[in-house]
Amino acid sequence: MSSWPILSITTFLPLLGVAFIVSLQGEDDVIKRNARWAALWTTLVTFAVSLILVWRFDPASPEFQFVEKAAWLGSATTYHMGVDGISLPFVILTTALMPICIIASWRVIETRVKEYMIAFLALETLMIGTFSALDLVLFYLFFEGGLIPMFLIIGIWGGPRRVYASFKFFLYTLLGSVLMLLAIMAMYWQAGTTDIPMLMKFAFPKGMQTWLWLAFFASFAVKMPMWPVHTWLPDAHVEAPTAGSVILAAILLKMGGYGFLRFSVPMFPSASHDLAPLIFALSVVAVVYTSLVALVQEDMKKLIAYSSVAHMGFVTMGIFALTAQGVAGGIFQMISHGIVSAALFLCVGVVYDRMHTREIAAYGGLVNRMPLYALAFMVFTLANVGLPGTSGFVGEFLSLIGTFKTNIPVATLATLGVILSACYALWLYRKAIFGVLDKPSLAGIMDIDAREILVLAPLVILTIVFGVYPKPVLDMSAASVVQLLENYNQAIAVKALALGIAP
Amino acid sequence: MMANLTLLPALPEIVLALGAMALLMVGAFRGERSLLAVNGIAFALLVIAAVIVYALPAGRIVAFNGSFVIDDFARVLKILTLIGSAVTIVLSLDYLKIEKIQTFEFPVLILLSTTGMLMLISAADLIALYLGLELMSLSLYVVAASNRDSQRSTEAGLKYFVLGALSSGMLLYGASLIYGFTGTVNFAGIAAAAAHGGLGLTFGLVFLFAGFCFKVSAVPFHMWTPDVYEGAPTPVTAFFAAAPKLAAMAIFVRAPITAFGPIAAQWQQIVVFVAIASMALGSFAAIGQRNIKRLMAYSSIGHMGFALIGLAAASPEGVQGVVVYMAIYLAMTLGTFAGIIAMRRGGASVEQISDLSGLARTQPTLAFFLAVMMFSLAGIPPLAGFFAKYYVFLAAINAGLYILAVIGVVTSVVGAYYYLTIVKVMYFDEPAESFAPMARELRIVLGVTGLFTILFFAYPAPLVSAAAAAAKSLF
Repeated sequence: MSSWPILSITTFLPLLGVAFIVSLQGEDDVIKRNARWAALWTTLVTFAVSLILVWRFDPASPEFQFVEKAAWLGSATTYHMGVDGISLPFVILTTALMPICIIASWRVIETRVKEYMIAFLALETLMIGTFSALDLVLFYLFFEGGLIPMFLIIGIWGGPRRVYASFKFFLYTLLGSVLMLLAIMAMYWQAGTTDIPMLMKFAFPKGMQTWLWLAFFASFAVKMPMWPVHTWLPDAHVEAPTAGSVILAAILLKMGGYGFLRFSVPMFPSASHDLAPLIFALSVVAVVYTSLVALVQEDMKKLIAYSSVAHMGFVTMGIFALTAQGVAGGIFQMISHGIVSAALFLCVGVVYDRMHTREIAAYGGLVNRMPLYALAFMVFTLANVGLPGTSGFVGEFLSLIGTFKTNIPVATLATLGVILSACYALWLYRKAIFGVLDKPSLAGIMDIDAREILVLAPLVILTIVFGVYPKPVLDMSAASVVQLLENYNQAIAVKALALGIAP
Repeated sequence: MMANLTLLPALPEIVLALGAMALLMVGAFRGERSLLAVNGIAFALLVIAAVIVYALPAGRIVAFNGSFVIDDFARVLKILTLIGSAVTIVLSLDYLKIEKIQTFEFPVLILLSTTGMLMLISAADLIALYLGLELMSLSLYVVAASNRDSQRSTEAGLKYFVLGALSSGMLLYGASLIYGFTGTVNFAGIAAAAAHGGLGLTFGLVFLFAGFCFKVSAVPFHMWTPDVYEGAPTPVTAFFAAAPKLAAMAIFVRAPITAFGPIAAQWQQIVVFVAIASMALGSFAAIGQRNIKRLMAYSSIGHMGFALIGLAAASPEGVQGVVVYMAIYLAMTLGTFAGIIAMRRGGASVEQISDLSGLARTQPTLAFFLAVMMFSLAGIPPLAGFFAKYYVFLAAINAGLYILAVIGVVTSVVGAYYYLTIVKVMYFDEPAESFAPMARELRIVLGVTGLFTILFFAYPAPLVSAAAAAAKSLF
């Protein structure tokens, strides 16, 4: 049993689905139906297989597990896969959200269904691969490869300004990433390997660390996205189809945070220590400024997109607080945001499918006609605000505590963001859901149907469960986080010692 | 017996040259009836030549008093060049027939040109270099103008000839300077003399490089490329973009490394400049193009810039990078041109990018493979084009050429824009009238190169290790 390369199976299983869908022949309608079912089953099976990972994962060990290694590009760059407590939650998040995305697109996507499903399944492989690659070049391959399907998803099935949005998304992200590629090469020549576990143990010279850190930062800051390189995100979100927005917000953005945790902190501890103030500054600006920007949005998706940027600000702040609470909070916030923002985009999708507009002003009083929808939307709105009892609270609270320990002004300013997020989220909810239903176009709007309940119900449950019982996620990552910080503190102590002796 | 031994290394060239002459006779006496046979035999000769190259005794063999050398570098590049030429013949079959410009001279000229390329790749002194270069180029001038009734094609041929002659002149001038200052034409001899440096030698080197730059169409000697690419019949353009580029790049690498190794610092800066200028021009100038052949011209200028990054590193890793780059570039170019040749509608070939509009819905397979080529040309992983760039940049970082590397990756992002535009036209725009069905051989070429591009990441070892061996043989 243990000889099965379970991680590679999880990663490449979706490609099997792709192969099957490519081979579909016959009438148009039959192809559409079969493509949908094939995609759904593929993602469900992938999810089931990924649960084996959870089941057999040993949370007490900080080491990489399910490790696979095979020859690839010479001896220094190998096919090396594995997960630890930091990456496994993201793998599960990916596999869990994919079936939801497929169901959410069931009726909505009517044109070129075959290509749509292929793009999503290919994207799933690339996303899982990104989180489980243990070789820098392999990581880069998955990380960048994800651009192609996402570019097509936004560009083919997107809204009116899809071309602009897809190009902006692609080129922005590419520009950030190519600099990281050069840094990867520099690391290769310095350390003689691109193996991630080995690089984590390698001590890069201090001056070099700063440059490498900045190059990785260029990539992850764009992906995250951090202020001021976040402008591609609102465009991409607004134009992408619902499921595309879900994947973008829930998983692609997390690659940035994951990258900071996997590369920047453990490999460049000294630079992370020195440049943490930069991250703090950008995070606080993101939290406060983009929250204010979110307040004036007229488009639902844009509002949620800006709120995503603000929430990612909490994540970066928590990670670079470099305390146990901060890092754990950052990870939890990413998982929670993955669930909540995905759900919010799905909620917007629900009304968009009915009314074909995302303008907040076009709605009002939906609670009268759509009580179930209003309930689900309320849970997610409150989670987005960070109300205790929802998953949003745990992440924000932990990252704020963690930051408070290292930098009080930053934590104080960031807390402002919590208040602001209440303003825009509740404002959106009041405008769209409450009030009098006086718009004639809304008179006949129907509440969510069984398919939409199927999509939203698991997310509602997860939001509340993780809100009152966050232990599973926190436990899964605890050992890895502890080790991450131990190594970091050790490296910093060595550096402080060196500085103390030098003069 | 002795004669056998000395002629053996040149056997592929001899086979091609004799075969070309024999086919010329066949064509002249049997006329247009022999077209298919001539094409078939030419293809077979190229394959045979490739097999001979592969079967030549291992190791480094020197012939003709040191002016001709067979080493791993020559082997790899000769095989790639022969593949390029052979595929070109395949690509041209259908197109030339439909356009009614099929002549038996075309395959013969390709054979002669390929003979020149092989000699060029193996050249180990300046005379052999010039011989190979001119044999290659003179045939190219003629094929560029092979559509005699088309004004654009004749213009392309003439332009190419005039500028080409100029560049040959410069190259020859450089060669004579080098001879004058070192007293030898042999690469090894020049290397020995170069160890003492000297301004005159550097002067000669610059002129020599000008000639090389012209042949690989690197800035600032790129001006002919867009016009010739656009004017020449499309299969001829595919030929220009593939095999001769490989041969010229081979000598562009061999000459500096083996003959001017001791003064690497002098020519590295030239190569750095040429690489940066080519990448920048290739990416920015391509943005405004409407004609896909012109776009491919700028694209190839850019790609030569990327390949030259490897040479700029002047290290075994760099040469390995160049070889990997050229091999992958060959596959991508041939595949893309197979797609471009398939662009015909209502009996005529079309060349505007807008003609590809909505191709994903009218011809999904063609669109898919073309999109793969575009993403690969842009260097997006996991496609082959990424690995091409990966190896040259790896070498550049190792050589400490950080600025060059940063400029390189930034221009690659700019370049990605126009490749994406083509994908956008095919996938996002509303469908135009569909193209005529693709000829079978085009489908095969596009399919094979497409699969190579997609699946390269799964098993890159053969090409990478062959390139490493090739690079090692130069140092």
